[in-house]
Amino acid sequence: MEHIPTQENGLLRFMTCGSVDDGKSTLIGRLLYDTKAILADALTAIEKTSKKRGHEVVDLSLLTDGLQAEREQGITIDVAYRYFATGTRKYIIADAPGHEQYTRNMVTAASTANLAIIMIDARKGVLAQTRRHSYITHLVGIPHLVVAVNKMDLVDYDQATYERICAEYRAFADKMGLTAQGFDVRFIPVSALAGDNIVDRSEAMPWYEGPTLLDILETAPPAGTHERSESFRFPVQYVIRPQASDDPELHDYRGFAGRVESGTVQAGDAVTVLPSGIESRVKAVHIGGEAIEVGHTEQSVTLLLEDEVDISRGDMIVKSGNAPEAKKELRAMLCWLSETPLSPARTYLIRHTSRTVKAKLSGIAYKVDINSQAHVEATQLAVNDIAEVGFKLAQPIFADPYTSNRETGAFIVVDESTNNTVGAGMVL
Amino acid sequence: MSTLTKQTLSHLDWLEAEAIHIMREVAGQCERPVLLFSGGKDSICLLRIAEKAFRPGRFPFPLMHIDTGHNYKEVTDFRDKRAAELGERLIVRSVEDSMKRGSVVLKSADESRNKHQSVTLLEAIAEFEFDACIGGARRDEEKARAKERVMSFRDEFGQWDPKNQRPELWNLYNARAFKGENIRAFPISNWTEMDVWQYIEREKLELPSIYFAHKRPVVRKGALLQPVTELTPAKPGDVVEEVLVRFRTVGDITCTAPVESDATTVEQIVIETATTTITERGATRLDDQTSEASMEQRKKEGYF
Repeated sequence: MEHIPTQENGLLRFMTCGSVDDGKSTLIGRLLYDTKAILADALTAIEKTSKKRGHEVVDLSLLTDGLQAEREQGITIDVAYRYFATGTRKYIIADAPGHEQYTRNMVTAASTANLAIIMIDARKGVLAQTRRHSYITHLVGIPHLVVAVNKMDLVDYDQATYERICAEYRAFADKMGLTAQGFDVRFIPVSALAGDNIVDRSEAMPWYEGPTLLDILETAPPAGTHERSESFRFPVQYVIRPQASDDPELHDYRGFAGRVESGTVQAGDAVTVLPSGIESRVKAVHIGGEAIEVGHTEQSVTLLLEDEVDISRGDMIVKSGNAPEAKKELRAMLCWLSETPLSPARTYLIRHTSRTVKAKLSGIAYKVDINSQAHVEATQLAVNDIAEVGFKLAQPIFADPYTSNRETGAFIVVDESTNNTVGAGMVL
Repeated sequence: MSTLTKQTLSHLDWLEAEAIHIMREVAGQCERPVLLFSGGKDSICLLRIAEKAFRPGRFPFPLMHIDTGHNYKEVTDFRDKRAAELGERLIVRSVEDSMKRGSVVLKSADESRNKHQSVTLLEAIAEFEFDACIGGARRDEEKARAKERVMSFRDEFGQWDPKNQRPELWNLYNARAFKGENIRAFPISNWTEMDVWQYIEREKLELPSIYFAHKRPVVRKGALLQPVTELTPAKPGDVVEEVLVRFRTVGDITCTAPVESDATTVEQIVIETATTTITERGATRLDDQTSEASMEQRKKEGYF
């Protein structure tokens, strides 16, 4: 059953990090099941499959296994998106595999998430994979982390075990700089299988007095709240010109269509258009031809300017006096996504907001050993590699550092020979 | 740092903003897109999003419907009326024409034409050289859809390769395709059935009448109600009942079942949607029951 939102508390996108063994799929299944997002027929289908496989209880992890190949292999190999709603909020879960060879899928899932749940098996504690997952969520700038110590039922709901794992993780998080950089890290003891502290409070762990997992999700800042930057950034996607109109008022209508990536905008704001540097003022903010007062972060609007300015797709409108730097040389963290290695000889396309430019690799500073987070020397990048690289660009882009603005600090690399998306970059 | 923008968007505002952004990316990146409009509730939402994305300008794409010839008249009439109200061009291509050309051959006269829409769609894509089709599919509809990209690449045979999808990160969509290849763009990927109904309620969108409770002769087939129509007559032994029903989803008559309901307003449908225990496809699709993987199979073959 879905709930009818009575009190509108927005939308939260989060991801889950862990392996099949950590009970990640079970956790998602549990969230869907306890919030009644699973309907009877879907449940019947997985009950049948559970029986066929000889499981005694319904295997909630089956709910998240989407593709035929995955069902056959019993693993999750791609990012899947799941949905549920409570009385107050809508959720989008990005479910990605946690294994090392699927780093690129994790990066993909992390790119749109505002919160990550890091699963730790209470019997095993902090493992190399925990550090790997934490590094990736940190790299991709997810501001809220929830460390869920799972399978508490298998360690007799022992408080000391939980505290030990928390201390171990805190030490690692401090070393990585998570806490110093203002990342919000929280801990919670759970059993996804038994449902402890997921939606309902655990009776088996009276010593834990903090919120349930769902409580944490319900109070995290939702989509559309930019936590890092209030600078107005408006990449132009499309220009609206109602040609051949017999309405004289529309003759001169030129609307610049885009999404407010950060900050807000309203009539009267002094703005600068990049790359031309021409200045003007906002005459009106429209949606569908009708004026609204303020364009908020992550809202898709149309801007009308006081002056006739030549603007096209790929330009960016910002507030005057607060423009990002024009960059023709780019330093970035890059995750390579393609089976074909990154080649220093090739020219690639870089897509940054609505702008596409040609780019060439100028150097690889180092590659990250994903398990130890150590920097190692590298001359080329293969699939799943993460490295600090430099690119030379044919035209400038207007980028903010990724750590201050995920939307204007991110880019993708496209291989022109296949049109594939081959790299994911974060501007330093 | 960490100064929050005070006002946040409601979930419908956010979903709408995302859908507008996706539609404008299609318009900005592709040369000849088309929006698939069937007269159903999901594509009705797409039209409102297109209005918000492009008005007072015209849509930068025509509308198109692939008609199996087995659609409810209420829906095709609504389709024509809505396109006329918007003043946008509507292209209709029919499976029957493909049958006449010989590109669609039915196994038997009463075989459902639903899956053959793929052929007609590919023929229309070739005819108009469309490089992108905007559709109203949602990831919550079906397991195989949960992993499909917002911009989903199809090769020159219209095939979807689930194991070889382009990574899709942030809101940076890659709609590049070579001639003959095609992008299917799904602006409401992240919407659920509930979101669709709430959006229809909020935007006061008009719908074909069969979405609301009406009396209809049906035959009970297990948990499903098979509508009795000229195309799907009662068979000997069938017990025909007059039941108060509505359609949760409208599509080909031969494979879409109504549900029992007395909801006559969108508000009542929202409440019913909140309390239903059966998924949209499970309650209404006569063709998806055969195998857990049947949708994935059809999509690989070029189905929408």
